[in-house]
Amino acid sequence: MTVTEETGAREEAPGGEPGAPREMSMQQAINAALRTVLAEDPRTLVFGEDVGRLGGVFRVTDGLQAEFGPDRVFDTPLAESAIAGMAVGLAMNGWRPIPELQFDGFAYPAIDQIVNQLARMNYRSRGALPMPVTLRLPSFGGIQAPEHHGESLEALFAHVPGLKVAAPSDPAEAYRLLVQSVRCDDPVVYLEPKARYWERRPVDPRAAAADDTPVGRSRVVRPGRHATLVAWGAMVHRCLQAAELAAEDGVELEVLDLRWLKPIDAEGLAASAARTRRVVVVHEAPLTAGLGAEVSALVTERAFGELAAPVERVAGFDVPYPAGPLEPQYLPTADRILFAVQRTLEYRRR
Amino acid sequence: MPTTEPSGAGARPALDPELARRCYLDMLTARRIDEEAVALQRQGVFPAYVSLRGQEAAQVAGALAIDAERDFAFPTYREMGVALALGVDMPGYMASHRALWHGGLYDPAASRFAPINAVVGGPVPHAVGWAVGERLRGGPGCAVAYFGDGASSEGDVHEAMNFAGVYRAPVVFFCQNNRWALSVPNERQVAGGSVAARAAGYGMPGTAVDGNDAAEVHAAMAEALERARSGGGPSLIEALTYRVEPHSTSDDPTRYRDLAEEHAWRERDPIPALRARMEADGSGDGAFFAEAEKRAAERAEAVRDAVAAAPEPDGSELFTHVFREPTEELARQRRVWREEVEL
Repeated sequence: MTVTEETGAREEAPGGEPGAPREMSMQQAINAALRTVLAEDPRTLVFGEDVGRLGGVFRVTDGLQAEFGPDRVFDTPLAESAIAGMAVGLAMNGWRPIPELQFDGFAYPAIDQIVNQLARMNYRSRGALPMPVTLRLPSFGGIQAPEHHGESLEALFAHVPGLKVAAPSDPAEAYRLLVQSVRCDDPVVYLEPKARYWERRPVDPRAAAADDTPVGRSRVVRPGRHATLVAWGAMVHRCLQAAELAAEDGVELEVLDLRWLKPIDAEGLAASAARTRRVVVVHEAPLTAGLGAEVSALVTERAFGELAAPVERVAGFDVPYPAGPLEPQYLPTADRILFAVQRTLEYRRR
Repeated sequence: MPTTEPSGAGARPALDPELARRCYLDMLTARRIDEEAVALQRQGVFPAYVSLRGQEAAQVAGALAIDAERDFAFPTYREMGVALALGVDMPGYMASHRALWHGGLYDPAASRFAPINAVVGGPVPHAVGWAVGERLRGGPGCAVAYFGDGASSEGDVHEAMNFAGVYRAPVVFFCQNNRWALSVPNERQVAGGSVAARAAGYGMPGTAVDGNDAAEVHAAMAEALERARSGGGPSLIEALTYRVEPHSTSDDPTRYRDLAEEHAWRERDPIPALRARMEADGSGDGAFFAEAEKRAAERAEAVRDAVAAAPEPDGSELFTHVFREPTEELARQRRVWREEVEL
């Protein structure tokens, strides 16, 4: 970063307006969303390791430094705790930081700043020091990455008072949720499913930027009547695959994309459970104390009388994310999802 | 190579007479508030307290170089003298020690003094972020990051100094080396023996000063702030001082250090030292010192009474500031609190 007195770069917004509907990958959609928020709010800053000149290791920030200047989009030294800590200090000085931590596993060195500082500063200061920070974190597995390059930390972040957590499942969602996260006055950890970065889907940026659905609302991606699959991030796609297979056997599965992991849409969960009477929650993270437990508890608390079977959890095993060839055996498969669906369908009260 | 011993007599910078009087009054007031605070802990009003006794020159004289209109200070939990010198609402500051609210009840944004922070080293990257942001918007302010010899071991302090060096950010890193990080002495804490010497590795000037010499501390801070403000980037100051009291009111230093060492440092009390110099150079006379004693005691009593009488926060404040944009779940939990706890 060149720290100049006034570059004027943040007054310009070439091409930052939400564009026409088009096909794009999630990685392009997040890039477009970053352009939108950089253009619409001069207080926004994008920074992290390799996000400037290189455009990020996943090219999510490609072209942003050229367009918005090195004051608004800049590289940092390689130190995750200082990246998160710098975001706190920038927010204390009135900025709206959008830091990137390069990979999920490298969020751990920044946990103190995220948990003890970012999440609590508004509380600690009794509202005098708001933290409108969107922490982007390429997340989850499925790309057979090296160790620490594919992890699921959502339960950890969702457990922290003061943080909100979003996880998009497709390009249009990624655009919408990122714009919403940046506009939110609370700190948001935005988990990007790396495995879904490259598949192209239609996105309508104008509609997405104007969408005023509140933070914390889930969406039904596919309606069904026999059971509900609850998922987020890349597992939504896996659930849709399972639902396709089930449909061949006449089983109609509803797929609920949670979108927000904090706050969780308890009402949406209960409504879907009431419709289908059977719920299977699917996540990549290890089973024990994973967010599936929270989903299961919420459904049970709010829709116990409607349920025909216990809530099933399909999750990663309680082992570290394994290396490449074993990862497909670790991540929930369509088969495992369908076994769980079958158990809920065959469940009989004794 | 900076010395690890306070420099003692020599070519010392002089304090401007008016500044000396203000400095003396604030140092004495900090001392008296500190004494009241220890008493409040003994009386059970404070659950615990961390004394700054002996560090008044390092804190007050340095802070009086800070421009409380433009700059921003990032304290840990022992910077009461800094808070006082910057004009922070003192009952609000001391409310943290009465455990009314962790960050204190003063307004940190208006006071230019961040909330009290118990993660030593944690606020240091905040200072760098604030300073980078100040430079980005073309503002005139500087950030001052406070930490101790213990925190100098924290990774965050290293990361923050490296960031500041790379960005040439307007930050002053102000280390109060009081020789004891709770029970661990400097020689088991600071490899190489000098925090100030580490500045060279970050491409910034580092200086060790006698932290019990108000004039020396003030001159170092003023110079570092001037450098930062004029685009010269960050600096590191190591103020060599001593924590003459226990780490906190819960601590027992007889388990780890020699009382003779404490006594020796009590003899090097920065307040009489400043008084002696002011008497010598004529910037304070008997009437001034008598008046200062009276005003310090009155202020300390007023702070004591105000913090002791401050109302406990309403239970609903548990929920108020968790989010700016409230969630339904937290609203539900607040209803639970109202129905099942508040009754």
